[in-house]
Amino acid sequence: MSTVADIRAIANLTKAAIRQSLFSRILGSPVAFVSLGSLLILIAAIIAAPLLTPFDPNSGDIGQALLGPGADHWLGTDSSGRDVFARILYGGRNTLGGAALALAVASILGVTTGLIAGYHGGKVDTGLDWYTNLVIAVPHIMVLLAVRAAWGSNIWLIMTVFGVLMAPGYHRLVKGIVSGVRNELYVDAARVSGLSLPRILGRHILIAIRAPIIIFAALSAVVVIGVQAGLDFLGLGDATVPTWGTMLNEAMVNLYIAPGLMLWPGLALGVVNAALILFGNGLRDALEDSKSTKRPSRRRGISANAPKAGTSGSAAVPAAGGSDGDTRAGAGTAVVGVPGCGFIPDEAVLSVENLNVGYPSGDGHKLVVKGVSFGVRRGEILGLVGESGSGKTQTAWACLGLLPTGGQIVDGSITMSGRDIGSVSARERRGILGKKIAYVPQEPMSNLDPTFKIGYQLVEPLRRQLGLSKAEAQAKALAMLARVGIANPERTFDSYPHQISGGMAQRVLIAGAVACDPAVLIADEPTTALDVTVQAEVLDLLRELQHETGMAVILVTHNFGVVADLCDRVAVMQLGKIVEQDAVEALFSNPHHPYTRMLLSSGLEDKKPRTRLLPAATPVLEETKP
Amino acid sequence: MSAPLLEIKDLVTEFPMKGWRRPPFRALHSVNLDVKPGETVGLVGESGSGKTTIGRAVLGLAPVTSGSINFDGQDISRFGSRERRSLSKDIQVVFQDPYTSLNPAMTIEDILAEPLIVQGLDKRAASDRIARLLDRVQLPSDAAGRLPREFSGGQRQRVAIARALALEPRLIVCDEPVSALDLSTQARVLDLFLEIQEATGVAYLFISHDLAVVRHISHRIAVLYHGEVLEFGDAEAVSENPQSPYTQRLLLASPVADPVRQRQRRQARLAAL
Repeated sequence: MSTVADIRAIANLTKAAIRQSLFSRILGSPVAFVSLGSLLILIAAIIAAPLLTPFDPNSGDIGQALLGPGADHWLGTDSSGRDVFARILYGGRNTLGGAALALAVASILGVTTGLIAGYHGGKVDTGLDWYTNLVIAVPHIMVLLAVRAAWGSNIWLIMTVFGVLMAPGYHRLVKGIVSGVRNELYVDAARVSGLSLPRILGRHILIAIRAPIIIFAALSAVVVIGVQAGLDFLGLGDATVPTWGTMLNEAMVNLYIAPGLMLWPGLALGVVNAALILFGNGLRDALEDSKSTKRPSRRRGISANAPKAGTSGSAAVPAAGGSDGDTRAGAGTAVVGVPGCGFIPDEAVLSVENLNVGYPSGDGHKLVVKGVSFGVRRGEILGLVGESGSGKTQTAWACLGLLPTGGQIVDGSITMSGRDIGSVSARERRGILGKKIAYVPQEPMSNLDPTFKIGYQLVEPLRRQLGLSKAEAQAKALAMLARVGIANPERTFDSYPHQISGGMAQRVLIAGAVACDPAVLIADEPTTALDVTVQAEVLDLLRELQHETGMAVILVTHNFGVVADLCDRVAVMQLGKIVEQDAVEALFSNPHHPYTRMLLSSGLEDKKPRTRLLPAATPVLEETKP
Repeated sequence: MSAPLLEIKDLVTEFPMKGWRRPPFRALHSVNLDVKPGETVGLVGESGSGKTTIGRAVLGLAPVTSGSINFDGQDISRFGSRERRSLSKDIQVVFQDPYTSLNPAMTIEDILAEPLIVQGLDKRAASDRIARLLDRVQLPSDAAGRLPREFSGGQRQRVAIARALALEPRLIVCDEPVSALDLSTQARVLDLFLEIQEATGVAYLFISHDLAVVRHISHRIAVLYHGEVLEFGDAEAVSENPQSPYTQRLLLASPVADPVRQRQRRQARLAAL
């Protein structure tokens, strides 16, 4: 039987499953396609049995018993002189037909109860859970033997009962998926649209469980066929009905006289089961591949830059072509920066020169950062600002050496104290990260490991990077927590991430980032996920820490208010390029580049309420995603 | 003064908590609000303030423990599923996240046709209407045959707005509809909301965490904190001259996109502490 882990693994595929049509995914997987093809050919042959063989599977000429393969009887005859080929074909009708019946019963029962339990939850769900757990606990073979003893060895009856016993597997799978999909916003939207329950279930929910059900059915068909063949092989089936199992049973009797008889039913079972398993696995792999098309979203802003962008397909590559933004400028036209946009100050702690970051696509690279140059001095806060798809986060990741899989620095250098840190080994990088360059991420909660206490997560890097003893590291961590304004450091030190608020978590991450006294701090949208009152406090904290330590800060953000609050210098990015760079006052009071001007004018400050923000004549040039 | 289109009286919402005999969590404490026809009422508050819960209670997606929600003089807070379905003609929704609010497996046409066909339109009339809706939200007409994943965030939000408009509702609950969008896209979508309101006279219950957004789009603003309305009044009065200390804090905490003024605001905020 399929394990719970199996069910979970399949259920995890749902998100991907609903993103691409099922058929095209089957076609896209050679394994799934070939195995499904061979299954269909076999089924067609079984259905067309009367056309393929003139013999009756149940009557034979006893004088022709146990013949080897020949011109008349292609696969020979059995001990009663019946044609083996005919028995394989007609037996397939019963074997596969019985399996199909069991699967149909199991899936109809299980999907229905799963849908109801998943969608409604509550008492119905609890009741059904009791029932399914009970059925799972009953030994299936015993029940089947009891049914046979009570009502005889009718294959269809036994398979129906087996279907009922298999239903809990489907129930659990469907329930798991449905209770997830039920909370999707599009299901809420459908409810608000006035759709009736059956329609919502049919249109929005069944579609999500379709592919996992097919995979699960393919794998559980193997179990059904195995159990059924096993019962027949043991002689518990109806000997008058040809199945592959009864054929095996007969072959066993004549094993020493005609060992070849074992081959054909065994081969048929083997081919069918292998095809089913390969089909299930192939479809699962195909689904997993397409998973990377999933877009990550941040709470208050959608980032085109997938932090853990998938491994395959250009779909996962952050869109650099302005494909995500409704950006006006630059659509179709080349982006050209104003003079001074690639300014690198003298004595920069970190300088980036002509940086190009690309992701493999087709032949060559798709560039997401194109010839970016900037530098940051000690004690300076540089803002990298831009909309989604501008390449600002990619630039930050390149500086950290943490580009997602596939991403690489195609050209250019990232220099820190005379060394190009863009091309160092992973080992050297570990020595740089944390100690020389630190990082404050966007989502505080997802950057703390939920399974470890905060204290442990702060102490371990300190011991590793600074070589402190456990007690020293602990004292330093507590001091850092106090420094970032956490009221009760001991308590926070002893808490798990889920026990603290988002603002506190961001303070903890800042404490961890500055603990090793880095020369450069890269903060990627550090306040985007926080409430404004908390944001103001975190910005205050960053400002204070920067004043105290004199570290250089690169602040990646889309929020011009945050830039105005914190930064000394600003670089505006558009479509992978810096289009303008200037001191913060100068940039806000006198923006040169049309894109900067457009961004600044899109803000809501000083606008008369309830008036148009953008001139009506502005052409709508919204590109679609490639 | 016209009669309110939506009137929320003493609304209390509680969510049951997991665990034996644990008291329920009270998300809303006696909320009073009203929205007049053609008016925009902004709900502003931080996470956990209950602003989204109010919207969901109006939509019938969150429970109403006590109090009433009157729409057009009728208490809709205890409507059954059949009555609720008939309300879909009058009350619609635009959600925050345009990536999860559109079914990824359906084409734009199917998404927009769904509410229309439920209301008994035939296929042909529906597709005429869809063409007009797409035009209304400034999407190209060939968008109909494509899937949501082919569109950017701003464009998806336009599709969601078109879906909300499909049945010509009198009230649209907008739950953070621009907070997932880029700045220039946000400006564009806000313009679209205003334009639609002028053309159709629809009322908005506009929920956002961003005081600047709410100030821009609303006639009146309600400030929420921990499930209570702290302040409810004229948009300009609330956003320029807030009475409650919390609103003042909220205002001072929002950074201005101007270094000089932001410095002043920061100093004012630190002085107020």
